[in-house]
Amino acid sequence: MKVLIIGATSAIAKASARIYAEQGCSLHLIARREDQLETLSSDLLVRGASRVSHSVLDLNKFAKHEETLSRACSELGGIDIALICHGSLPDQEKVASNFKQALKEINTNGISVISLLTELAPIFIEQQAGTIAVITSVAGDRGRQPNFVYGAAKSLVSTYLQGLRGKLLAHNVNIVDIRPGLVDSPMTAQFPKGPLWSSPERIAQKIVKSIHRGSHTVYAPGYWRVIMFIVGAIPEFVFKRLKF
Amino acid sequence: MEAMGWGRYPKTTADLIQPADSQALQKFISSQKKSASCIGRGSGRSYGDSALSEQLVSSRFLDSFLELDEQKKTLRCGAGVKLGDILKVCIPRRLFLPVLPGTKAVSVGGAIAADVHGKNHHLDGSFSNYVKSISLVLASGELVTCSAQENAELFRATCGGMGLTGVIVEANLSLVSIPSSYISQRSLVANNLAECFEHIEDNASSKYSVAWLDCLATGENLGRSVLYLGEHAPSKSRKTDTLYRERSGLGVPFSTPSFLLNKTTMSLFNASYFKLQKRKKSSATLDCDSYFFPLDSISNWNRLYGSNGFLQYQFVIPSDSALEGITTVLEKVSEKGKGSFLTVLKKFGEANENLLSFPKAGYTLTLDFKNEPALFSLLDELDQIVLAHDGRLYLAKDARMSEEVFKASYPNWESFMAIKNKYDPSNRFASLQSNRLGLTQ
Repeated sequence: MKVLIIGATSAIAKASARIYAEQGCSLHLIARREDQLETLSSDLLVRGASRVSHSVLDLNKFAKHEETLSRACSELGGIDIALICHGSLPDQEKVASNFKQALKEINTNGISVISLLTELAPIFIEQQAGTIAVITSVAGDRGRQPNFVYGAAKSLVSTYLQGLRGKLLAHNVNIVDIRPGLVDSPMTAQFPKGPLWSSPERIAQKIVKSIHRGSHTVYAPGYWRVIMFIVGAIPEFVFKRLKF
Repeated sequence: MEAMGWGRYPKTTADLIQPADSQALQKFISSQKKSASCIGRGSGRSYGDSALSEQLVSSRFLDSFLELDEQKKTLRCGAGVKLGDILKVCIPRRLFLPVLPGTKAVSVGGAIAADVHGKNHHLDGSFSNYVKSISLVLASGELVTCSAQENAELFRATCGGMGLTGVIVEANLSLVSIPSSYISQRSLVANNLAECFEHIEDNASSKYSVAWLDCLATGENLGRSVLYLGEHAPSKSRKTDTLYRERSGLGVPFSTPSFLLNKTTMSLFNASYFKLQKRKKSSATLDCDSYFFPLDSISNWNRLYGSNGFLQYQFVIPSDSALEGITTVLEKVSEKGKGSFLTVLKKFGEANENLLSFPKAGYTLTLDFKNEPALFSLLDELDQIVLAHDGRLYLAKDARMSEEVFKASYPNWESFMAIKNKYDPSNRFASLQSNRLGLTQ
């Protein structure tokens, strides 16, 4: 299988790439830091990947998306699975009072994904096969006080994916929206961890499984579907008073 | 966060730092104010307080394979890679780690820092004998490489040095070829300790050798045991030769009440295990996990000892007086009415040149005890027996040894201190253990 991983050096992406490597897949990795990409490439080769290539790209440089993706596609010789994983977790206090910062975060977590999807869609339509999987977040389900800028960017992507899923249905292309809950990774290093936190490896297993199954919207781990259902059911007059 | 070793005793609060790569680690070490002490932490599999400090620097994200050279049989990888992950990539290529401890959850960094040994120490020595080089971050934040040739003194202090010289980020390891992933096991029953020693000596050429002891047997049955000998099973030229099945079995979801582990249940378990083994077929072929890591099939088995945790007590006594010394220890344990659930005896080969490595020629016995107040005076008495026979305790398992006992039994501690002071004069790297043993502070 030919797998493209965007934001490949994030903890969840790395764990997913390792599973595909163990299956003997061919991978193309896109991320910002070359040294980390090189380390990950050698790691995946040792773990059994049949071939690994990479492109260095700051995903906020939208103008470069088309070129990088077409290069990725020709390196792989077609794309069976595209997994979009990049993101950043902003400090809500900072972004809520600084639009420049907020724009940057919305670009990283939202707009850049739309740009990538716009470029990926024709590739997949031409193939008439494949899966595009995007990591969004449970934070996109409802705007909560501690992280609604991040949440808004993620829900932008989720809404876009719903429409794209319908559009690509006729072309035999599936879209998976993966919504992880709390993940214990370098991105969340500053938070104290509790029982609801899960490891990137556990999320990765769920991702690989749901891509294989052809799922649509996936909560990872599954209990987040229940939690977010309850969060969604809270009446607004109560919800607006909640600080969590 | 609350931090503890595998023995769940002692417990402390510490900050957990998980650098995403070696650069982040270097930045952390060099930028922090020097007053806080830190220690590297891998999988948290040392039993006592050797990986406890104010700040724990985790190798969790330093878990990448860097290069596997099948011709030269070498593997370069991050310190956070677990031995089980290495087996997973090596066995299908008919390669193997030359030394494996009792759990595959151990990280490469931890295995080097504790210079762990396996069931083949009598022939092959310990883990660091197969470490070609190490990269570690020093207290200055500098990343250096050391090996038996390059920065040799730093290498000799770091292997077995319990993380006190720096944080290991990467290692280059030698691998060995194996005919298959299976182990042919032979078991020999011994009715007492002397017989067990004879069996071990008679089979000294066996690749792997370890004995399980019924620690609660007394009198003429004292030291009755089953010796397990293992060899790599020959290739059957089939695909299954290189199959590696990871065994994941039961787990212990929470600490069980510690009263369940008392003298009665333990002697029941030990006696019936002995009888069962006595009747069992004496030879069998086992997969790699079942032979090397029987306890890994019960995840979190450490919780069986209750919420207060347990202490492992592992010592080595030189061959000349090993039978006498171990007999005295076993008698003392049963005299005090304490029991050990799992007691393991094995023979060590010669010591290596590392300054704080535990193994030296002789016999090593491992006992485990539920943590209870009355235990500590017993262990102090055992220390004296071990010292009287020129023995010493394993730092990776220790949680309570005194500074005097340590310094009397590790003669190279002063040479170690000289190197430690050279590379880390302000004791940036310190653990609760190193403070207790008088190596830092």
